[in-house]
Amino acid sequence: MDRLRDPAWAGRVFWTGAALVLLWPLGVATEFRPWQLFMPDTLKVTSRFLGSFFPPALSAEFLALVARGAWRTVAIATAGVTLALLIAVPATLLSARVLSISALSGRMARGPFWLRQAVRWMLIVLRSIPELVWALVFVRVVGLGPTAGVLAIALTYGGMLGKVYGEILDSGETHATETLLRNGAGRLQTLAYALLPQNAAELTSYTVYRWECAIRSSVVLGFVGAGGLGQELDSSMKMFNGSEVATMLFVFFGLVAAADGISGWLRRRLG
Amino acid sequence: MRLDLADVGAQHPAARAAAAPALDRLTLQVEAGERLAVIGPSGAGKTTLLQVMACALPPRHGSLRLDGTDPWQLPRRALQTLRGRLFLAPQTPPLPPRQRVVTAVLAGRLPAMSLAASLASLFHPRDLPAATAALQRFDLADKLFERVDRLSGGERQRIGLARALLAPARLWLVDEPLSALDPTRAAQALATLLGEARERGVTLVATLHQVEMALKHFPRIVGLRDGVLAFDLPAAQVTRERLAALYAQHEHELLGPPPVIDEAAAPAPSTAMVCR
Repeated sequence: MDRLRDPAWAGRVFWTGAALVLLWPLGVATEFRPWQLFMPDTLKVTSRFLGSFFPPALSAEFLALVARGAWRTVAIATAGVTLALLIAVPATLLSARVLSISALSGRMARGPFWLRQAVRWMLIVLRSIPELVWALVFVRVVGLGPTAGVLAIALTYGGMLGKVYGEILDSGETHATETLLRNGAGRLQTLAYALLPQNAAELTSYTVYRWECAIRSSVVLGFVGAGGLGQELDSSMKMFNGSEVATMLFVFFGLVAAADGISGWLRRRLG
Repeated sequence: MRLDLADVGAQHPAARAAAAPALDRLTLQVEAGERLAVIGPSGAGKTTLLQVMACALPPRHGSLRLDGTDPWQLPRRALQTLRGRLFLAPQTPPLPPRQRVVTAVLAGRLPAMSLAASLASLFHPRDLPAATAALQRFDLADKLFERVDRLSGGERQRIGLARALLAPARLWLVDEPLSALDPTRAAQALATLLGEARERGVTLVATLHQVEMALKHFPRIVGLRDGVLAFDLPAAQVTRERLAALYAQHEHELLGPPPVIDEAAAPAPSTAMVCR
């Protein structure tokens, strides 16, 4: 008697094999050699570094330094996101399709259509340049320090926020907005009376999430001299001072968890 | 406001050009201050007719004139000013769920307010007495500071109607105003709309599923079927035979209870919170 065979079996074996064959060149190209992590030499270095994490550095002097750095990091992120809003909000108002009066009855008029395209291209340019590159540029222009980080975050995040705000507004429920525009209300009036109340929770939670990303990002920017906790982390890493690194990583956990808590609270309030 | 529709054909902008038009060669005059009910089976083009009258949908053929001017010849800004003088109440109440009733009702007044005044009104509502009075007419005065999403479907529909009383409009276009109301509330709401329209001299065009209510309350009845004008008569001359012909193959809509619209609006698609 023949055993029953799953007809999908051969296909599964084939596609698993094919995936491995396709992944192989990618691994070669990225020099992906995980076994190096477990060579005796590497293990010794890693374990010495990780071992030095304990105990974390807790001297009053160092804690004060970390607190100042953390405060500066939060300040860089907050100032950066605020400036980014100055770019993103007008860009959203110019590019959101739901607020187009001519698009109410058929096609959008030609002038607004091209304006909208131009704004979208500007946003693409802003966000396609990574904030690290902007930071390197600004470190040369305004010198080492938090200003470079703030400007870098403002430009990249302005591009991201502008794009996503537009998408949130255009993909939400548009009935209330359309009705107000059709009854003769102005674009900004409609924004305040229909579009924002309709989408407030999504917009807020995305903005807070971006602020959390900006905190992480400003740490990275610190590595290229844009100030904040990242700069302290950079020097501790270079000195292989594990206990200081451990303390600062714990501060990061705290910051990200705080951002998460704020976002959840705001969503509950607005939801 | 006076309405002139001559030979109007209209279609939803997304409809295929070959599809049957939603409105076909429709000619209709409505004098200023007239009160008119549009009846007809589902899919007859009632909502399309209101949208054409509201300058929301440009006609494909024929001409529309409001007080003698063709709105689609106006520059865009003038057209938007004209839209401020008419009020279209869609069947589903257009209320953002998190908004408070007071804001939703005062939104009817936006075309008459400057931007600064309308923003200030969000912080400290202007003209609370007018909002209360409008809600009072629909028995909703106690809901003034409630959130819209805490109200029932019928209450929301009446709030949509109360907004009309605050609008600086000379033409009210009301789409199925009674679809979510029980018979008592429906009669009260209709009486309020008709009474206020008569008092202010506002032109009122309403589409209705409740034929009995239309015949009882409106002086003039327009029957619409398959996008074509079936009849346009004083209410007293609308006979059983005409109604039977208008609703042929749709008798359940004439006899049975009105179809209840789906109150739960489709949930907005959630935006993925990914690191973009």
